[in-house]
Amino acid sequence: MTDAEKRSRVVWWVVTLVVAGCVIFSNQLGPLAKFPEALVLPLTDPMNTGMRWFVDTFGWFFKAIAWLIDWPILLAKTVLHEIPWSAALLLVTYTAWRAGGMGLAVFSAISIIYMASFGYWSQSINSFALVVISIPLAVIIGFALGTWGFISDRAYRIIMPMLDLLQTIPAFAYLLPILLLFGFGTTVGLVASVLYAFPPMVRNTIVGLRGVSAEIIESGLMSGATPWQLFWSVRVPTARRQILLGVNQATMASLSMVIIASIIGGTNDIGWEVLSMMRKAQFGESLLAGIVIALMAMTLDRITWGFAMRSQTVGTADNEPGWRGWIICLIAALTVTVLGQWIGFLSEWPDSWVLNPAPSMNAALEWVFVEYRTFLEAMKTAAFFFVMLPIKVGFSQAISPFTWGFAMTPTVVAIYIGLVLSGAAFLAWQERAGLANALVIAALVLYSGLTGTPWIAIVVIFAALSWQAGGPKLAMWTAAGLAFLLLTGIWEPSLLSIYLCGVGVLLAFTIGSAIGIWASESDKVSAVVRPVIDTLQTMPLFVILIPFVMIFKIGEFTALLAIITYAIVPAIRYTEHGLRNLPETVIEAATAIGTTPSQRLLQVKLPLAVPTIMLGLNQTIMFGISMLVITALVGTNDLGQQIYIGLGDGDFGVGMIAGIGMAIIAMISDRITQNFSGNFQKRLGIKLDDTL
Amino acid sequence: MTEIQSESIPKLSCRHVWKLYGPDADNYLKNHDQLSQNGGDSKALAQRIREKGGIVASADVSFDVMQGEIFVIMGLSGSGKSTIVRCLSRLVEPTGGEVLLDGEDLLKASKDELIDIRRHKMGMVFQSFGLMPHLNVLENVAFPLKLQGLEKKERLERAQRVIELVGLEGRESSFPSQLSGGQQQRVGIARSLAVEPEVWFLDEPFSALDPLIRRQMQDEFLRLQQELHKSIVFITHDFLEALRIADRMAIMKDGEVVQIGRPVDLILNPVDDYVREFTNDVPWELVLTAGDVCNSKRPPKGIKEVEGKTNVASLLPYLANHDKGVAVRAEDGSLGHLTSREVILALASGVADSSAVKD
Repeated sequence: MTDAEKRSRVVWWVVTLVVAGCVIFSNQLGPLAKFPEALVLPLTDPMNTGMRWFVDTFGWFFKAIAWLIDWPILLAKTVLHEIPWSAALLLVTYTAWRAGGMGLAVFSAISIIYMASFGYWSQSINSFALVVISIPLAVIIGFALGTWGFISDRAYRIIMPMLDLLQTIPAFAYLLPILLLFGFGTTVGLVASVLYAFPPMVRNTIVGLRGVSAEIIESGLMSGATPWQLFWSVRVPTARRQILLGVNQATMASLSMVIIASIIGGTNDIGWEVLSMMRKAQFGESLLAGIVIALMAMTLDRITWGFAMRSQTVGTADNEPGWRGWIICLIAALTVTVLGQWIGFLSEWPDSWVLNPAPSMNAALEWVFVEYRTFLEAMKTAAFFFVMLPIKVGFSQAISPFTWGFAMTPTVVAIYIGLVLSGAAFLAWQERAGLANALVIAALVLYSGLTGTPWIAIVVIFAALSWQAGGPKLAMWTAAGLAFLLLTGIWEPSLLSIYLCGVGVLLAFTIGSAIGIWASESDKVSAVVRPVIDTLQTMPLFVILIPFVMIFKIGEFTALLAIITYAIVPAIRYTEHGLRNLPETVIEAATAIGTTPSQRLLQVKLPLAVPTIMLGLNQTIMFGISMLVITALVGTNDLGQQIYIGLGDGDFGVGMIAGIGMAIIAMISDRITQNFSGNFQKRLGIKLDDTL
Repeated sequence: MTEIQSESIPKLSCRHVWKLYGPDADNYLKNHDQLSQNGGDSKALAQRIREKGGIVASADVSFDVMQGEIFVIMGLSGSGKSTIVRCLSRLVEPTGGEVLLDGEDLLKASKDELIDIRRHKMGMVFQSFGLMPHLNVLENVAFPLKLQGLEKKERLERAQRVIELVGLEGRESSFPSQLSGGQQQRVGIARSLAVEPEVWFLDEPFSALDPLIRRQMQDEFLRLQQELHKSIVFITHDFLEALRIADRMAIMKDGEVVQIGRPVDLILNPVDDYVREFTNDVPWELVLTAGDVCNSKRPPKGIKEVEGKTNVASLLPYLANHDKGVAVRAEDGSLGHLTSREVILALASGVADSSAVKD
């Protein structure tokens, strides 16, 4: 055993003892158990005052910008509304065909017809107009910043942490200061969507420009390129694919923010349609509108992705219609527009063609709900009493004759302690002291519940985890971050966030990595799973909520299901990727030694794939957190809700502190999991890319 | 191989070029100038710099490349050969020394002048080809001409001519990703020739290719050179490749030039064990000429006469059956005598171990 291992073992024994002490004596600990109100810093009021002063002083500037960018939005809306559905169908279908061939063209055509025939045309166009304006802005800003970050190392060091921050701040928290600065209106959606969409563009630009091989640069130099030519004729075209992937990601981010921004309302866009219908419990309508968003997202994603991919496999240049094709398509679109003046259905989708299955959908839903009520209720109750409640308030509170069938008598407690201790003793005897410690700590926390455990114990656990992952420096940062949660008085809702997200992530990761393992062993499973997770990932978060709200109404259980559904995507993706992309020689060697398939999986592949799977856990947490924020819409009472409330009341202090709190939780879990993965990578002597 | 014009001025001349890396790179050479003039011990200086934590990529490298000559730089990976060829084109900025192109110091050229020189006087071929992935073959070859601002019609015509020169007709509209390695390097060669350079740098051009293709490309390269008479610096880590194509060659080790000479000089008179290591595996009879191995005694009358540059290998069957050997006429007209004994002596000089025959 090395010194480091000895030290870590000692630390974890100390942590276990401290946590045990805290749980046992929680009633005697006083301020160490429950953080004293008196110590909470009154930050919200000064923040609000400061913001008010800022708005009063510089408000005119932002109002001016708002006025300025209202014009292009108005222009885009006017122009887009003038385009009849038939012309849009032609243009979009042709673009899709150029980007991704026949399949994508058919898909896009169906999407457009769906939008027209279900009567969501004008709302869709209003949302799309924002996206149309925000993408070029985000792309230009992102490309410029990316280029700057590529050229200057100092700029790079400033830009990168800024991007990290922009991408960890929860979506709703974005909207708050923008709302206060720019005032109500479409501008908020636009500004938020640009701010949210440009970071991926910056990253991809930097990665792309850096990735151009030295020889290509040298061959450019030896061809006599001036610095300007070297950049625009050599570097940028060579990095084109990566840069276009940036455009793809920026587009998706922009759309999802436009949709999220619609919760502010007042813009008659498709996101608002979904939300208001949901609030009126008209789930049929809500779902139909939600599908519009999903179709829009998928079409935009596949088209931009298609263009990015095509840029790499050029070579069919000879038989491409080139610019001529675009011109013919434009002429055709103009023709149908003009013809629409006489032939009505070309310009306006006739009312008699509008489909409205929503009432029957509602009826069907009602029927399902009545028919399967007992089953659905049982499912919800079981999850609530046997999984969620124990983690939230602990076995000590959750177990009662009413729910579990027995009371938490001293005998039961003694049995619990006995079981845990014998489990730990068995693990210790198996030389798995670390696991024994983990079991005891988990049992202690489960006994008193996340919200019932003294804060000092939780701080100690997280600090120790950080220390294990990234050394004393990370432990300090973690402690400082948690101190912020304590001092600003958002400890309780933060714990609720950790609890909800934690349960979601745990389940998503368990189920997801199981599916990932299965998919890595079977091509058939992989072929089924892939399109599903691809679709889930492009889906705006909003839309994922709808089916769960329909069936389980509002509440934590709905939130949990939505979190699991979204967070399962990276768990599956990374596990499968990690297991499928192991060095061929190692697998061959293992096979040659004579391993059975299950031995190969358990003793060779899985241990080697651990770093990738850890990165998957990291992404699972990040996905979980971003969904967590959105689930405030269905009535959680965690930090997300506080942000939402702050947004609703225009309360900058409350919303912003909760937003920062959420970002801190995200950053702590990000750094811990990243560091663990990094340690594994170092041990295995590999280097992985962060994102898939 | 082309003739060496030993009297003319070198086309390209590399004089006391140093390339150092490290935090203090620029300071190490401050007191060095007079040292090199006096023939100071560069080896010792390089050693001192290394001890101080600097990295010596090339140390006091000097050589000349004559007009129309193929000059090969041979060395293992990390020997500094790639650095030195990049110093010659200033892709890497040398820390000290001079690089003379037609007698002008390249290191004193301004940025604009340098771009101009690269556009018109230099061409370079890269190990992994360095082709632009977004351009097809024709556009890739025309790329340097495009940067010069040549009109489309003219540059495509010129590119087309070079493409035919390297035997790629019919693949003009293919993209690099659709070509085999050998074809890609033909594109690389065509591109470097499109500007009709005077000096041609090839950085391990055939190392990424299969052995058979490599052989074929070497022949092709020699054929091109017979037509074009460029002044060439050719980098390789393959000693046999160097032997096949070099007029003269330099062997590098740890950033220093160990030995410069004709391939045969290196084989017959290696300066140290390092060079001898390389020459050991060389089938000598392929390299040696009759003039290299014959003795200077007057040959007996009545035997056959051969020219001095005749390859020894081609004489073996004759010598095996004729004990009197052949007369060898050198270029200056003098005569020498060559028998099978001289051949065996020459071949034996490369074998250090004589323990195979016990007393």
